[in-house]
Amino acid sequence: MSQTKLCVENVSMMFPTPAGPFAALAPVTLAIPQGRFVSLIGPSGCGKSTIFNIIAGLLEPTGGRVLIDGMDATGTIGRVGYMLQKDLLLPWRTVLDNVILGMEIQAVPLRIARERALPLLQRYGLAGFEYLYPSSLSGGMRQRAALLRTLLFDTDLILLDEPFGALDAQTKLQMQEWLMRLWSDFGKTVLFVTHDVEEAIYLSDELHVMGTRPGRIIATIPVNLPRPRVRTSALTPEFLAIKERCLQLLDVNPTGSERVNEAA
Amino acid sequence: MTVHDGSTAGALAEIRFAEQTEGAKPGARAVRRLPVQKDWPLRALVAAQVGILIGVLSMWEIGARTGWIDAFFWSYPSAIAQTMAIFFTTGDAWTDISFTFRSTIFGFLLGTTTGSLLGLSFWWSRNYATIVQPYVICLESIPKLALAPLIILVFGIGLVSKVAVATALTLVVSTLTAYAGVKALDPDGEKLFYSLGATRMQVFRKLVVPFCLPWIISVLRVNIGLALTGAIVGEFIASQHGLGRAILYAGQTYDIALVWVAVLVLSTLAMVMYATVSWLEGMLRKGVRQ
Repeated sequence: MSQTKLCVENVSMMFPTPAGPFAALAPVTLAIPQGRFVSLIGPSGCGKSTIFNIIAGLLEPTGGRVLIDGMDATGTIGRVGYMLQKDLLLPWRTVLDNVILGMEIQAVPLRIARERALPLLQRYGLAGFEYLYPSSLSGGMRQRAALLRTLLFDTDLILLDEPFGALDAQTKLQMQEWLMRLWSDFGKTVLFVTHDVEEAIYLSDELHVMGTRPGRIIATIPVNLPRPRVRTSALTPEFLAIKERCLQLLDVNPTGSERVNEAA
Repeated sequence: MTVHDGSTAGALAEIRFAEQTEGAKPGARAVRRLPVQKDWPLRALVAAQVGILIGVLSMWEIGARTGWIDAFFWSYPSAIAQTMAIFFTTGDAWTDISFTFRSTIFGFLLGTTTGSLLGLSFWWSRNYATIVQPYVICLESIPKLALAPLIILVFGIGLVSKVAVATALTLVVSTLTAYAGVKALDPDGEKLFYSLGATRMQVFRKLVVPFCLPWIISVLRVNIGLALTGAIVGEFIASQHGLGRAILYAGQTYDIALVWVAVLVLSTLAMVMYATVSWLEGMLRKGVRQ
């Protein structure tokens, strides 16, 4: 077992409401080893995004702490690459200048940042789009740019919050392949949030299934399917067994699981 | 009307059908086509526009000469043309135009800039924004022109007081619009910047300002009109120069032709400034890609 990259220790979150304190997150503990691809799945409102905001330092947890490389990083920003659901590309910047935003904020000289970004844009499917504005990009392309921006921020750990949630099914599959390629090229540690069970199994080394009220982790399932994975992996008994287990945990009617999953 | 089958759907269809055709035999439906407007050729349109202008002017001229229109109160085109020539050759035309132009432009620049900065400044602190907001709204609801006499008293009868009135009119509009931009900012955008470890100054410079620029630009055209209004009202109250003062002076001395001349010159000045600012707005919009 390799070294632990991220450790979430007993992190809990309470929000005050007029009806009394609301527990968004019961104490949650997670340990993510270096270089792994780990997914969180769960119904909406289970606190997936809350965990992400806490790890990224955008939200101060009510209790517990976040360790990155064994050092306390609770409430500090700029430690992890965080890609939110929306691509949030700045419409007044070209794709190239959007992608280097992280480096620019970290005071990397513009010329060097652009030099570093250009070959990556070309290698990862944005060749020819470098000097265009985001408004002329398709949804999949925008998502690629947003992901490259997160990668170029140059942190070992990246958080992806439902990056493909808004894409059509076809584009989504392409983007999953693309993400796998990036992940194996860069060797980053990825924490991925999705509510698409199949996507989570296909991409991950390990799944954490979450429950609601309060948000908590109800099961951790290792995914020991061989890599590189192909689409037909989804038809193997191992894959289907994991999928069934997840759907049961997520309280989806197992007999109707296929249809429910199509809709997800 | 007969109902062929007993089902409700059939009956409903029959009723709808009867409404549409109104007595026509079932199966036929009134033939309607998409209404199409035919555009006249451009030459014809321009000819119509010029024709109307010439028509109105000649009726005015004839009316005044034959006595249908009281030439003392309304003056008439040829007299106005003569006065115009005198105004530009021996009169104060250029001094007045320059005076009004300068007070408008200074007021426009000062009001738009300080207003936009004030609006943007509300991003920095929610507490500060909440405290100041009622005052800004109060200031908006005051008819600023009603304060003009006070402004003239404080700033004197020179250029400064006209600039001050023009500034008062434009400042609040710019403040509120820039603040509307700040409020429309997507909190997730700020989250992205902070997750990348940005400082507040970086978020302000790289996100807030470029995001609000289209809002700020969108009021430029409104503001140039307001600034001109402010300058003219300032001149009405007390001034030694300016087109507003020329109009007031001509009215008080019953020189109606001169009133018309000054109004015409003023309209031309307004149109030129409006066109320039519209052009500027277009250029800036292209510059910020929105």
